[in-house]
Amino acid sequence: MIKKTILNSAHRQLGARMVDFGGWDMPVNYGSQIDEHHDVRNGVGMFDVSHMTVVDIHGPQARSFLQYLLANDVAKLTRQGKALYSCMLNEAAGIIDDLIVYFMDAQNYRLVVNASTREKDLAWIEQQAKPFDVTVSERPQLAMIAVQGPKARQKVCPILPDRLGLSAAEIKPFSACWFGEWFVGRTGYTGEDGFEIMLPEDKAEGFWSQLLEVGVKPCGLGARDTLRLEAGMNLYGQDMDEDKNPLESGLAWTVAWQPNDRDFIGRSALEAIKKQGLSHKFVGLLLEEKGVLRGHQTVVLDDASTGEITSGGYSPTMERSIALARVPANIGETCKIDMRGKLKEATVVKPCFVRQGKIQIDV
Amino acid sequence: MSNTPDDRKYADSHEWALLEADGNVRVGITDHAQELLGDLVFVELPEAGQSVDKGDECSVVESVKAASDIYSPVTGEIIAINDALEDSPEAINDSPYDDGWIFIVKPTDASELNELLDAEGYQNLVEDE
Repeated sequence: MIKKTILNSAHRQLGARMVDFGGWDMPVNYGSQIDEHHDVRNGVGMFDVSHMTVVDIHGPQARSFLQYLLANDVAKLTRQGKALYSCMLNEAAGIIDDLIVYFMDAQNYRLVVNASTREKDLAWIEQQAKPFDVTVSERPQLAMIAVQGPKARQKVCPILPDRLGLSAAEIKPFSACWFGEWFVGRTGYTGEDGFEIMLPEDKAEGFWSQLLEVGVKPCGLGARDTLRLEAGMNLYGQDMDEDKNPLESGLAWTVAWQPNDRDFIGRSALEAIKKQGLSHKFVGLLLEEKGVLRGHQTVVLDDASTGEITSGGYSPTMERSIALARVPANIGETCKIDMRGKLKEATVVKPCFVRQGKIQIDV
Repeated sequence: MSNTPDDRKYADSHEWALLEADGNVRVGITDHAQELLGDLVFVELPEAGQSVDKGDECSVVESVKAASDIYSPVTGEIIAINDALEDSPEAINDSPYDDGWIFIVKPTDASELNELLDAEGYQNLVEDE
Protein backbone atom coordinates (compact mmCIF):
# COMPACT_ATOMS: atom_id res chain seq x y z
CA MET A 1 0.00 0.00 0.00
CA ILE A 2 1.19 3.49 -0.82
CA LYS A 3 2.53 5.44 2.16
CA LYS A 4 1.28 8.90 3.09
CA THR A 5 2.90 11.62 5.15
CA ILE A 6 0.93 13.39 7.88
CA LEU A 7 0.53 16.35 5.49
CA ASN A 8 -1.17 14.31 2.73
CA SER A 9 -4.63 15.85 3.16
CA ALA A 10 -3.08 19.34 3.41
CA HIS A 11 -1.50 18.81 -0.03
CA ARG A 12 -4.79 17.60 -1.50
CA GLN A 13 -6.66 20.59 -0.08
CA LEU A 14 -4.16 22.82 -1.86
CA GLY A 15 -4.94 21.07 -5.15
CA ALA A 16 -1.55 19.36 -5.46
CA ARG A 17 -0.91 16.94 -8.29
CA MET A 18 0.16 13.81 -6.44
CA VAL A 19 2.53 11.10 -7.69
CA ASP A 20 3.90 7.82 -6.41
CA PHE A 21 7.44 8.73 -5.39
CA GLY A 22 9.24 5.57 -4.30
CA GLY A 23 6.14 4.22 -2.61
CA TRP A 24 5.08 7.56 -1.11
CA ASP A 25 2.08 9.57 -2.28
CA MET A 26 3.76 12.97 -2.68
CA PRO A 27 2.96 16.34 -4.31
CA VAL A 28 4.84 16.90 -7.58
CA ASN A 29 3.46 20.44 -7.91
CA TYR A 30 0.60 22.66 -6.72
CA GLY A 31 0.03 24.21 -10.15
CA SER A 32 3.23 25.35 -11.84
CA GLN A 33 6.56 23.74 -11.05
CA ILE A 34 8.41 26.65 -12.64
CA ASP A 35 6.59 29.23 -10.50
CA GLU A 36 7.43 27.19 -7.41
CA HIS A 37 11.08 27.05 -8.48
CA HIS A 38 11.21 30.85 -8.79
CA ASP A 39 9.43 31.26 -5.43
CA VAL A 40 12.34 29.47 -3.75
CA ARG A 41 15.08 31.29 -5.67
CA ASN A 42 13.54 34.73 -5.14
CA GLY A 43 11.41 34.47 -2.00
CA VAL A 44 10.48 31.46 0.06
CA GLY A 45 8.90 28.08 -0.53
CA MET A 46 8.31 24.94 1.51
CA PHE A 47 8.47 21.22 0.86
CA ASP A 48 7.01 18.33 2.77
CA VAL A 49 9.98 15.99 3.18
CA SER A 50 8.45 13.88 5.93
CA HIS A 51 9.08 10.79 3.84
CA MET A 52 12.80 11.11 4.60
CA THR A 53 14.21 8.85 7.28
CA VAL A 54 15.56 10.17 10.57
CA VAL A 55 17.89 7.87 12.52
CA ASP A 56 19.35 8.71 15.91
CA ILE A 57 22.65 7.16 17.00
CA HIS A 58 23.10 7.15 20.76
CA GLY A 59 25.74 5.74 23.07
CA PRO A 60 29.27 6.06 24.43
CA GLN A 61 30.75 4.86 21.11
CA ALA A 62 28.52 6.94 18.84
CA ARG A 63 31.43 8.93 17.50
CA SER A 64 33.79 6.03 16.85
CA PHE A 65 30.95 4.10 15.21
CA LEU A 66 30.17 6.95 12.80
CA GLN A 67 33.89 7.39 12.07
CA TYR A 68 33.82 3.78 10.89
CA LEU A 69 30.42 3.92 9.13
CA LEU A 70 30.87 7.11 7.09
CA ALA A 71 33.40 8.20 4.45
CA ASN A 72 33.43 11.73 5.82
CA ASP A 73 34.79 12.17 9.34
CA VAL A 74 32.44 13.18 12.17
CA ALA A 75 35.52 14.21 14.15
CA LYS A 76 35.25 17.44 12.11
CA LEU A 77 32.10 18.17 14.08
CA THR A 78 33.28 19.92 17.20
CA ARG A 79 30.57 22.54 17.71
CA GLN A 80 27.23 21.34 19.02
CA GLY A 81 24.64 21.33 16.24
CA LYS A 82 27.14 21.25 13.38
CA ALA A 83 26.16 19.18 10.35
CA LEU A 84 28.20 17.16 7.85
CA TYR A 85 27.32 15.68 4.46
CA SER A 86 28.69 12.19 3.87
CA CYS A 87 28.45 9.06 1.80
CA MET A 88 27.90 5.70 3.45
CA LEU A 89 29.93 3.16 1.46
CA ASN A 90 29.98 -0.61 1.18
CA GLU A 91 33.24 -2.59 1.33
CA ALA A 92 33.74 -2.10 -2.43
CA ALA A 93 33.38 1.70 -1.99
CA GLY A 94 30.00 1.75 -3.73
CA ILE A 95 27.61 4.33 -2.34
CA ILE A 96 24.86 2.78 -0.19
CA ASP A 97 23.39 6.22 0.46
CA ASP A 98 24.26 9.86 0.98
CA LEU A 99 23.15 11.53 4.18
CA ILE A 100 23.46 14.43 6.59
CA VAL A 101 24.74 13.82 10.10
CA TYR A 102 24.11 16.35 12.88
CA PHE A 103 26.29 16.45 16.01
CA MET A 104 24.06 16.83 19.06
CA ASP A 105 26.57 15.81 21.73
CA ALA A 106 29.36 13.26 22.18
CA GLN A 107 26.85 10.46 22.65
CA ASN A 108 24.12 11.63 20.27
CA TYR A 109 24.15 12.12 16.54
CA ARG A 110 21.21 12.40 14.17
CA LEU A 111 21.29 11.06 10.61
CA VAL A 112 18.86 12.00 7.83
CA VAL A 113 18.90 9.43 5.04
CA ASN A 114 16.90 9.00 1.85
CA ALA A 115 13.37 7.59 1.90
CA SER A 116 13.97 5.33 -1.09
CA THR A 117 16.84 3.55 0.68
CA ARG A 118 15.26 3.35 4.14
CA GLU A 119 15.13 -0.43 4.60
CA LYS A 120 18.62 -1.22 3.31
CA ASP A 121 20.13 1.74 5.21
CA LEU A 122 18.60 0.70 8.51
CA ALA A 123 19.65 -2.94 8.02
CA TRP A 124 23.21 -1.88 7.13
CA ILE A 125 23.55 0.59 10.00
CA GLU A 126 22.20 -1.92 12.52
CA GLN A 127 24.48 -4.66 11.20
CA GLN A 128 27.58 -2.44 11.36
CA ALA A 129 26.62 -1.14 14.82
CA LYS A 130 26.75 -4.58 16.44
CA PRO A 131 30.37 -4.42 17.70
CA PHE A 132 29.85 -0.90 19.07
CA ASP A 133 28.19 0.28 22.25
CA VAL A 134 25.49 2.28 20.48
CA THR A 135 21.76 2.15 19.87
CA VAL A 136 20.21 2.88 16.48
CA SER A 137 16.71 4.37 16.64
CA GLU A 138 14.59 5.34 13.70
CA ARG A 139 12.29 8.30 14.39
CA PRO A 140 9.31 7.72 12.07
CA GLN A 141 7.04 9.85 14.26
CA LEU A 142 8.85 13.03 13.20
CA ALA A 143 7.48 15.05 10.29
CA MET A 144 9.91 17.18 8.26
CA ILE A 145 9.30 20.45 6.42
CA ALA A 146 12.02 22.19 4.41
CA VAL A 147 11.53 25.97 4.17
CA GLN A 148 13.93 27.34 1.56
CA GLY A 149 14.74 30.64 -0.06
CA PRO A 150 16.30 34.04 0.76
CA LYS A 151 13.26 34.96 2.88
CA ALA A 152 13.06 31.61 4.72
CA ARG A 153 14.66 32.71 7.98
CA GLN A 154 12.59 35.88 8.37
CA LYS A 155 9.38 33.89 7.82
CA VAL A 156 10.22 30.87 9.96
CA CYS A 157 11.94 32.26 13.07
CA PRO A 158 8.94 34.26 14.42
CA ILE A 159 6.60 31.26 14.31
CA LEU A 160 8.84 28.62 15.87
CA PRO A 161 7.70 27.59 19.38
CA ASP A 162 9.19 29.01 22.58
CA ARG A 163 12.83 30.04 22.46
CA LEU A 164 13.56 28.06 19.32
CA GLY A 165 12.99 31.05 17.04
CA LEU A 166 15.74 33.01 18.81
CA SER A 167 18.19 30.12 18.53
CA ALA A 168 17.27 29.45 14.90
CA ALA A 169 17.94 33.09 14.03
CA GLU A 170 21.50 32.70 15.38
CA ILE A 171 22.67 29.43 13.88
CA LYS A 172 25.21 29.41 11.08
CA PRO A 173 24.74 27.60 7.75
CA PHE A 174 25.02 23.84 8.08
CA SER A 175 24.21 23.94 11.80
CA ALA A 176 21.18 22.99 13.85
CA CYS A 177 19.38 23.83 17.08
CA TRP A 178 16.57 22.07 18.88
CA PHE A 179 14.07 22.36 21.67
CA GLY A 180 12.14 19.34 22.88
CA GLU A 181 11.17 17.33 19.84
CA TRP A 182 11.56 20.28 17.47
CA PHE A 183 14.82 20.28 15.51
CA VAL A 184 15.86 23.02 13.09
CA GLY A 185 18.78 22.56 10.70
CA ARG A 186 20.04 25.41 8.50
CA THR A 187 20.41 22.93 5.67
CA GLY A 188 18.60 22.11 2.46
CA TYR A 189 18.61 20.74 -1.04
CA THR A 190 18.02 23.83 -3.15
CA GLY A 191 21.21 25.93 -3.11
CA GLU A 192 19.38 28.65 -1.15
CA ASP A 193 19.44 29.61 2.51
CA GLY A 194 16.75 28.04 4.64
CA PHE A 195 15.83 25.46 7.22
CA GLU A 196 14.92 21.82 7.40
CA ILE A 197 12.58 21.46 10.36
CA MET A 198 11.80 18.21 12.11
CA LEU A 199 8.80 18.32 14.40
CA PRO A 200 6.30 15.98 16.08
CA GLU A 201 3.75 14.66 13.60
CA ASP A 202 0.81 16.05 15.57
CA LYS A 203 2.24 19.57 15.17
CA ALA A 204 2.96 19.33 11.46
CA GLU A 205 -0.41 20.35 10.00
CA GLY A 206 -0.66 23.36 12.30
CA PHE A 207 2.86 24.52 11.48
CA TRP A 208 2.30 24.00 7.73
CA SER A 209 -0.85 26.19 7.98
CA GLN A 210 1.07 28.88 9.86
CA LEU A 211 3.74 28.90 7.17
CA LEU A 212 1.05 29.28 4.49
CA GLU A 213 -0.47 32.17 6.44
CA VAL A 214 2.81 34.09 6.53
CA GLY A 215 3.19 33.68 2.77
CA VAL A 216 5.44 30.67 2.35
CA LYS A 217 4.57 29.02 -0.99
CA PRO A 218 4.00 25.26 -1.05
CA CYS A 219 6.37 23.57 -3.52
CA GLY A 220 6.37 20.04 -4.87
CA LEU A 221 9.02 17.48 -5.64
CA GLY A 222 9.23 18.76 -9.23
CA ALA A 223 10.65 22.11 -8.14
CA ARG A 224 12.80 20.35 -5.55
CA ASP A 225 14.42 18.42 -8.40
CA THR A 226 15.09 21.43 -10.66
CA LEU A 227 16.44 23.42 -7.69
CA ARG A 228 18.85 20.70 -6.61
CA LEU A 229 19.93 20.13 -10.23
CA GLU A 230 20.75 23.83 -10.64
CA ALA A 231 22.63 23.70 -7.34
CA GLY A 232 24.62 20.70 -8.64
CA MET A 233 23.50 18.45 -5.82
CA ASN A 234 23.43 14.73 -6.50
CA LEU A 235 20.29 12.64 -6.29
CA TYR A 236 20.74 9.15 -4.95
CA GLY A 237 19.63 6.46 -7.41
CA GLN A 238 20.20 8.75 -10.39
CA ASP A 239 23.60 10.36 -10.01
CA MET A 240 25.09 7.61 -7.89
CA ASP A 241 24.26 4.18 -6.51
CA GLU A 242 25.98 1.09 -5.09
CA ASP A 243 27.86 0.52 -8.35
CA LYS A 244 29.46 3.97 -8.25
CA ASN A 245 32.07 5.36 -5.88
CA PRO A 246 32.25 8.95 -4.59
CA LEU A 247 35.32 9.79 -6.69
CA GLU A 248 33.43 9.27 -9.96
CA SER A 249 30.29 10.95 -8.60
CA GLY A 250 31.65 14.42 -7.94
CA LEU A 251 31.86 13.66 -4.23
CA ALA A 252 35.61 13.35 -3.65
CA TRP A 253 35.32 16.43 -1.41
CA THR A 254 33.18 14.42 1.01
CA VAL A 255 35.79 11.71 1.58
CA ALA A 256 38.02 12.44 4.59
CA TRP A 257 41.38 10.72 3.94
CA GLN A 258 42.97 12.28 7.02
CA PRO A 259 43.77 10.97 9.55
CA ASN A 260 45.47 8.13 7.68
CA ASP A 261 44.66 5.58 10.33
CA ARG A 262 40.88 6.14 10.34
CA ASP A 263 39.48 2.88 9.07
CA PHE A 264 36.11 3.57 7.45
CA ILE A 265 34.06 1.09 5.46
CA GLY A 266 35.18 1.16 1.84
CA ARG A 267 38.48 2.91 2.54
CA SER A 268 40.84 0.25 1.22
CA ALA A 269 38.77 -0.26 -1.94
CA LEU A 270 38.61 3.48 -2.51
CA GLU A 271 42.38 3.83 -2.01
CA ALA A 272 42.97 1.12 -4.62
CA ILE A 273 40.63 2.89 -7.08
CA LYS A 274 42.39 6.19 -6.48
CA LYS A 275 45.82 4.63 -6.98
CA GLN A 276 44.74 3.02 -10.24
CA GLY A 277 43.45 6.35 -11.56
CA LEU A 278 39.92 7.24 -12.51
CA SER A 279 38.59 6.54 -15.97
CA HIS A 280 35.52 8.73 -15.50
CA LYS A 281 34.63 12.04 -13.96
CA PHE A 282 31.48 13.89 -13.02
CA VAL A 283 30.70 17.13 -14.86
CA GLY A 284 27.97 19.61 -15.57
CA LEU A 285 26.62 20.14 -19.08
CA LEU A 286 24.98 23.16 -20.63
CA LEU A 287 22.99 22.51 -23.81
CA GLU A 288 23.89 25.00 -26.55
CA GLU A 289 20.87 24.14 -28.70
CA LYS A 290 17.15 23.91 -28.18
CA GLY A 291 15.71 20.95 -26.34
CA VAL A 292 15.90 19.42 -22.89
CA LEU A 293 18.65 17.11 -21.64
CA ARG A 294 17.34 14.03 -19.84
CA GLY A 295 18.81 11.29 -17.66
CA HIS A 296 20.34 8.33 -19.56
CA GLN A 297 21.04 10.27 -22.75
CA THR A 298 24.45 9.41 -24.23
CA VAL A 299 27.30 11.92 -24.14
CA VAL A 300 29.59 11.62 -27.18
CA LEU A 301 33.16 12.95 -26.97
CA ASP A 302 35.33 14.14 -29.88
CA ASP A 303 37.20 10.81 -29.85
CA ALA A 304 33.83 8.98 -30.10
CA SER A 305 34.07 7.59 -26.55
CA THR A 306 30.85 7.95 -24.58
CA GLY A 307 29.46 8.84 -21.20
CA GLU A 308 25.98 9.19 -19.75
CA ILE A 309 23.76 11.94 -18.42
CA THR A 310 22.73 10.99 -14.88
CA SER A 311 20.27 13.87 -14.29
CA GLY A 312 19.07 16.36 -16.84
CA GLY A 313 16.37 18.93 -17.15
CA TYR A 314 15.33 22.48 -17.75
CA SER A 315 16.81 25.23 -15.60
CA PRO A 316 14.11 27.83 -14.91
CA THR A 317 16.73 30.28 -13.58
CA MET A 318 18.99 30.07 -16.63
CA GLU A 319 16.19 29.31 -19.12
CA ARG A 320 18.50 26.68 -20.59
CA SER A 321 18.79 22.96 -20.33
CA ILE A 322 21.44 21.60 -17.96
CA ALA A 323 22.61 18.20 -16.80
CA LEU A 324 24.94 16.24 -14.57
CA ALA A 325 26.89 13.53 -16.37
CA ARG A 326 29.50 10.82 -15.81
CA VAL A 327 31.94 10.98 -18.69
CA PRO A 328 35.40 9.73 -19.74
CA ALA A 329 38.02 11.71 -17.81
CA ASN A 330 39.62 13.07 -21.01
CA ILE A 331 36.53 15.09 -22.00
CA GLY A 332 37.29 18.50 -23.50
CA GLU A 333 35.39 21.76 -23.25
CA THR A 334 32.52 20.63 -25.45
CA CYS A 335 30.74 17.42 -26.35
CA LYS A 336 27.69 16.15 -28.21
CA ILE A 337 24.55 14.70 -26.71
CA ASP A 338 22.47 12.07 -28.46
CA MET A 339 19.00 13.53 -28.06
CA ARG A 340 16.37 11.31 -29.58
CA GLY A 341 18.68 10.36 -32.42
CA LYS A 342 20.08 13.84 -33.10
CA LEU A 343 23.53 14.94 -31.92
CA LYS A 344 23.37 18.31 -30.18
CA GLU A 345 26.16 20.54 -28.91
CA ALA A 346 26.82 20.99 -25.18
CA THR A 347 29.46 22.82 -23.13
CA VAL A 348 31.22 21.08 -20.25
CA VAL A 349 31.06 23.09 -17.01
CA LYS A 350 31.57 22.66 -13.28
CA PRO A 351 28.56 20.85 -11.85
CA CYS A 352 27.21 23.86 -9.97
CA PHE A 353 24.91 26.09 -11.98
CA VAL A 354 23.02 28.31 -9.54
CA ARG A 355 23.58 29.11 -5.87
CA GLN A 356 22.05 31.80 -3.67
CA GLY A 357 19.99 33.07 -6.58
CA LYS A 358 23.08 33.67 -8.76
CA ILE A 359 24.11 31.91 -11.93
CA GLN A 360 27.59 30.41 -11.35
CA ILE A 361 28.73 29.77 -14.91
CA ASP A 362 29.14 31.78 -18.10
CA VAL A 363 26.04 31.39 -20.22
CA MET B 1 -11.22 17.62 -13.91
CA SER B 2 -9.70 18.53 -17.25
CA ASN B 3 -11.61 20.42 -19.89
CA THR B 4 -12.70 18.71 -23.16
CA PRO B 5 -14.64 21.00 -25.53
CA ASP B 6 -17.12 19.20 -27.78
CA ASP B 7 -16.47 21.30 -30.90
CA ARG B 8 -13.54 19.09 -31.96
CA LYS B 9 -12.21 15.54 -32.26
CA TYR B 10 -9.55 13.75 -30.22
CA ALA B 11 -6.80 11.19 -30.88
CA ASP B 12 -6.05 8.58 -28.25
CA SER B 13 -2.49 9.98 -28.26
CA HIS B 14 -3.98 13.17 -26.73
CA GLU B 15 -4.03 15.57 -29.67
CA TRP B 16 -7.16 17.53 -30.54
CA ALA B 17 -8.20 18.26 -34.16
CA LEU B 18 -10.54 21.12 -34.99
CA LEU B 19 -12.13 21.31 -38.44
CA GLU B 20 -12.22 24.99 -39.37
CA ALA B 21 -14.64 26.80 -41.67
CA ASP B 22 -12.07 26.80 -44.51
CA GLY B 23 -11.77 23.01 -44.38
CA ASN B 24 -8.35 22.98 -42.70
CA VAL B 25 -7.61 21.11 -39.45
CA ARG B 26 -6.04 22.89 -36.51
CA VAL B 27 -4.09 20.64 -34.09
CA GLY B 28 -2.94 20.92 -30.51
CA ILE B 29 -2.72 18.83 -27.32
CA THR B 30 -5.49 18.39 -24.78
CA ASP B 31 -5.88 19.99 -21.39
CA HIS B 32 -5.41 16.53 -19.89
CA ALA B 33 -2.11 16.08 -21.77
CA GLN B 34 -0.71 19.46 -20.72
CA GLU B 35 -1.68 18.74 -17.11
CA LEU B 36 0.14 15.41 -17.18
CA LEU B 37 3.23 16.93 -18.78
CA GLY B 38 3.48 19.88 -16.41
CA ASP B 39 5.09 23.19 -17.42
CA LEU B 40 6.03 23.13 -21.12
CA VAL B 41 9.52 24.52 -21.79
CA PHE B 42 10.25 23.74 -25.44
CA VAL B 43 8.32 22.96 -28.61
CA GLU B 44 9.94 21.54 -31.74
CA LEU B 45 7.57 22.64 -34.50
CA PRO B 46 7.10 20.93 -37.88
CA GLU B 47 7.88 22.86 -41.05
CA ALA B 48 5.21 24.58 -43.08
CA GLY B 49 4.87 22.80 -46.40
CA GLN B 50 5.75 19.41 -44.92
CA SER B 51 3.45 16.53 -45.94
CA VAL B 52 2.28 14.25 -43.18
CA ASP B 53 0.44 10.99 -42.95
CA LYS B 54 -2.10 10.36 -40.26
CA GLY B 55 -0.17 9.09 -37.23
CA ASP B 56 3.21 10.62 -38.28
CA GLU B 57 5.36 12.13 -35.56
CA CYS B 58 5.67 15.72 -36.66
CA SER B 59 6.39 17.75 -33.54
CA VAL B 60 7.85 17.33 -30.06
CA VAL B 61 6.77 19.09 -26.90
CA GLU B 62 9.08 19.01 -23.90
CA SER B 63 8.02 19.80 -20.37
CA VAL B 64 9.89 20.01 -17.09
CA LYS B 65 9.07 16.33 -16.82
CA ALA B 66 9.29 14.64 -20.22
CA ALA B 67 9.44 14.86 -24.00
CA SER B 68 6.32 13.86 -25.88
CA ASP B 69 5.82 13.27 -29.61
CA ILE B 70 2.90 14.92 -31.35
CA TYR B 71 1.26 12.87 -34.08
CA SER B 72 -0.69 14.31 -36.97
CA PRO B 73 -4.32 13.25 -36.57
CA VAL B 74 -4.93 13.48 -40.35
CA THR B 75 -3.07 13.06 -43.67
CA GLY B 76 -2.28 16.21 -45.60
CA GLU B 77 0.09 19.18 -45.83
CA ILE B 78 1.14 21.39 -42.93
CA ILE B 79 0.20 24.91 -43.98
CA ALA B 80 0.82 26.85 -40.77
CA ILE B 81 2.72 26.51 -37.52
CA ASN B 82 2.32 28.43 -34.28
CA ASP B 83 5.64 30.34 -34.20
CA ALA B 84 4.66 32.04 -30.96
CA LEU B 85 5.31 28.76 -29.14
CA GLU B 86 9.05 29.13 -29.82
CA ASP B 87 9.20 31.92 -27.27
CA SER B 88 6.15 31.02 -25.19
CA PRO B 89 5.73 27.27 -24.92
CA GLU B 90 3.72 27.93 -21.74
CA ALA B 91 0.82 29.03 -24.00
CA ILE B 92 0.06 25.31 -24.25
CA ASN B 93 -0.38 25.15 -20.46
CA ASP B 94 -2.34 28.38 -20.25
CA SER B 95 -4.58 27.89 -23.27
CA PRO B 96 -4.32 24.37 -24.73
CA TYR B 97 -7.35 24.75 -27.03
CA ASP B 98 -6.79 28.30 -28.32
CA ASP B 99 -3.46 30.16 -28.11
CA GLY B 100 -1.63 26.85 -27.58
CA TRP B 101 -2.46 25.37 -31.00
CA ILE B 102 0.59 23.79 -32.66
CA PHE B 103 0.00 23.44 -36.43
CA ILE B 104 -2.66 23.47 -39.15
CA VAL B 105 -3.01 20.69 -41.70
CA LYS B 106 -4.74 21.00 -45.05
CA PRO B 107 -6.27 17.52 -45.09
CA THR B 108 -6.26 15.25 -48.14
CA ASP B 109 -9.44 13.63 -46.89
CA ALA B 110 -11.29 15.38 -44.07
CA SER B 111 -13.41 12.29 -43.48
CA GLU B 112 -10.39 10.85 -41.60
CA LEU B 113 -11.60 12.99 -38.72
CA ASN B 114 -14.52 10.61 -38.29
CA GLU B 115 -12.08 7.93 -37.14
CA LEU B 116 -11.12 10.07 -34.12
CA LEU B 117 -12.89 10.16 -30.75
CA ASP B 118 -15.54 12.70 -29.88
CA ALA B 119 -15.32 14.63 -26.61
CA GLU B 120 -17.26 12.03 -24.67
CA GLY B 121 -15.17 9.18 -26.06
CA TYR B 122 -11.97 11.01 -25.14
CA GLN B 123 -13.23 11.75 -21.62
CA ASN B 124 -13.95 8.04 -21.16
CA LEU B 125 -10.47 7.17 -22.38
CA VAL B 126 -8.88 9.59 -19.92
CA GLU B 127 -10.95 8.31 -17.03
CA ASP B 128 -9.93 4.72 -17.80
CA GLU B 129 -6.21 5.59 -17.80
